[in-house]
Amino acid sequence: MDVKTFLQDTFAASSTEHSGLSAFQQDSWTNFSNWGLPALKHEEWRYTRIRNLFTDKLIAGQDQLPAKEIITKHFLPGLENANSIIFVNGYFVPELSNIQDDESSLIVKSLQAASTDEDAAFVKENLGHSARYHTDGINALNGAFAAGGVYLRVNKGKSLTTPVAIYHFSDSSNGLRFSQPRVLANIEAGAQATIIEHYINLGSGDTLTNEVLEVCTAQDAMLYYIKIQDEGNASSHTGTTHIRQLAKSLTHAVTITLSGKVVRNNLNMVMEAEHGESHMYGLYLLDDETLADNHTIVDNAMPHCYSNELYKGIMDGHSTGVFNGKIFVRKDAQKTNAYQSNKNILIGSNSSANTKPQLEIFADDVKCSHGCTIGKLDEDALFYLRARGISVENAQALLLHAFAMDILDQIKDENVRTFANLLISKRLSFTI
Amino acid sequence: MLKIENLQARIEEKEILKGINLEIKPGEVHAIMGPNGSGKSTLASVLAGRADYEVTGGSVDFQGKDLLELSPEDRAKEGLFLAFQYPVEIPGVSTTNFIKTAVNEKRKYQGLDPLDAAQFLRTMKEKMKLVQIDQSLLSRSLNEGFSGGEKKRNEIFQMAMLEPKLAILDETDSGLDIDALRIVANGVNELRSSNNAFLVVTHYQRLLDYIVPDFVHVLYNGRIVRSGTKELALELEEKGYDFIKAEVEKETV
Repeated sequence: MDVKTFLQDTFAASSTEHSGLSAFQQDSWTNFSNWGLPALKHEEWRYTRIRNLFTDKLIAGQDQLPAKEIITKHFLPGLENANSIIFVNGYFVPELSNIQDDESSLIVKSLQAASTDEDAAFVKENLGHSARYHTDGINALNGAFAAGGVYLRVNKGKSLTTPVAIYHFSDSSNGLRFSQPRVLANIEAGAQATIIEHYINLGSGDTLTNEVLEVCTAQDAMLYYIKIQDEGNASSHTGTTHIRQLAKSLTHAVTITLSGKVVRNNLNMVMEAEHGESHMYGLYLLDDETLADNHTIVDNAMPHCYSNELYKGIMDGHSTGVFNGKIFVRKDAQKTNAYQSNKNILIGSNSSANTKPQLEIFADDVKCSHGCTIGKLDEDALFYLRARGISVENAQALLLHAFAMDILDQIKDENVRTFANLLISKRLSFTI
Repeated sequence: MLKIENLQARIEEKEILKGINLEIKPGEVHAIMGPNGSGKSTLASVLAGRADYEVTGGSVDFQGKDLLELSPEDRAKEGLFLAFQYPVEIPGVSTTNFIKTAVNEKRKYQGLDPLDAAQFLRTMKEKMKLVQIDQSLLSRSLNEGFSGGEKKRNEIFQMAMLEPKLAILDETDSGLDIDALRIVANGVNELRSSNNAFLVVTHYQRLLDYIVPDFVHVLYNGRIVRSGTKELALELEEKGYDFIKAEVEKETV
């Protein structure tokens, strides 16, 4: 069976006639059928080959649920009692999820349910907004399977007592697992939330996850978003995090990529109201054959918005880092402040980095800057450390850790920061 | 302790050291003086193991070992210390962490257990007094945003922590005002003993008022052209380097 037939059959089996999602799913499927999977000739996919990830060996569907103990074993240290949303093979599993915050603060339910109840209007209005920025088959394909998704709402004026940790489990024990999680989040006026995403491969096979997460922030809302990718080098990922600031609000995203086969992260900040503020940080620490591609978009539609973006990469072995940073400043978006920086260090003699800032500015009174570097570790600094008796390996680890700290320090949640720091220190293998 | 014989080195195609001979014994302080471009800093860098320089001839024996065969880190662990002319700023690496790593790597090399937190802190406090360096400076990123004087004091502080057998001070006096110079020199004098030795590289005699050398050597055009006692430094100060240049040129004709 070829991939197209496989996806067609999977779609037919999972389509939901009685939910408010069926029209969206059908439209998405039509788009996918028209566009197909992106090829290298697609401008947004120049460095990242994903077509060959879609083989006739893919397995899809929710399938068997893992035991509760297996789920909790993978909780992030310190977040055992956080709000947890569990996805298994791309499907939201309410019975394994655990919401700590009171219903007056946090509502979590299936996207299907939200599409027919009091949240139906919000879902209809906002679900699939990211497709406007990604006219490629991969985003559309996720939309076709949105019925397995989750909806979460942080209520007006509420600050969550603990983060929302979304765990994506992919079971590859029976073969190449294909998962397509979907999340729609509604951060209401004055609300504050931290959303963390983490990915786990249950099994020794390959996985492919195609995710779309869309968030809207209302007036004075604050969103802290952290994505940690350390699923192992058998896992591939194509994901879009799409954040709309519907009114003046603060959003802050940190993306940490430590392993994977082919990893593509789209991060979009759509600033639709005046005085929005947005921070985007990323660290990719790669080895072996890993390719990690971060595509970011900041879309300034209204005046007086501020955005700051810093992505850092360390490439070892045969790995490749890709960064593409788009900043749109529409003609009404006067007084925009938008800053972007991407810094890369190549460690492996066969590693590479591709970086491309892309600024499209249609307003005349703005401050925008961008910068990118690709280099090696500073030889003078290395010599200085070695001249004090520190081994080459430790000197390198010290310098790389310092390079990474800029990003780690941006993780506001202490538990997650400690966890990420531990992963990174282990990877840089500092020893005395 | 250190025996340099006919040492020659170049950077790219340019020959800089053209046959240096120098012997330093425990307890001695040697000063190397010379005009700009004479090879003073090259000598310091070659001894510390900087890869930019290629040694093309000669030998260096350090406490019975072939120094030139050792990596920079092993030279340090064997007891060689270079106080840099331009200490490198390293953002994100705290001075304390850095020194702790260095001290413990050296201890491991010597077959000693690493210092525990309390021991390390005690040693650090003691050595901080020596160069009048403040705790707050040491919690900051290594040399980042330090003034010239702070950087040099930090070098001497590191030296005090690592207790080298042979310390090479590469123009440690450059950019220091007289007060900072006194502090740095006091630190060095406190550390002088019959077991260790110093090689003080400087352009000016000024530092040698405070760190009094046993021997003074004049380096010119890649060779040591004069050796003497501290009076030689005073003579240089008075007459300038031109008189040496003139004498050397007369001799070679």
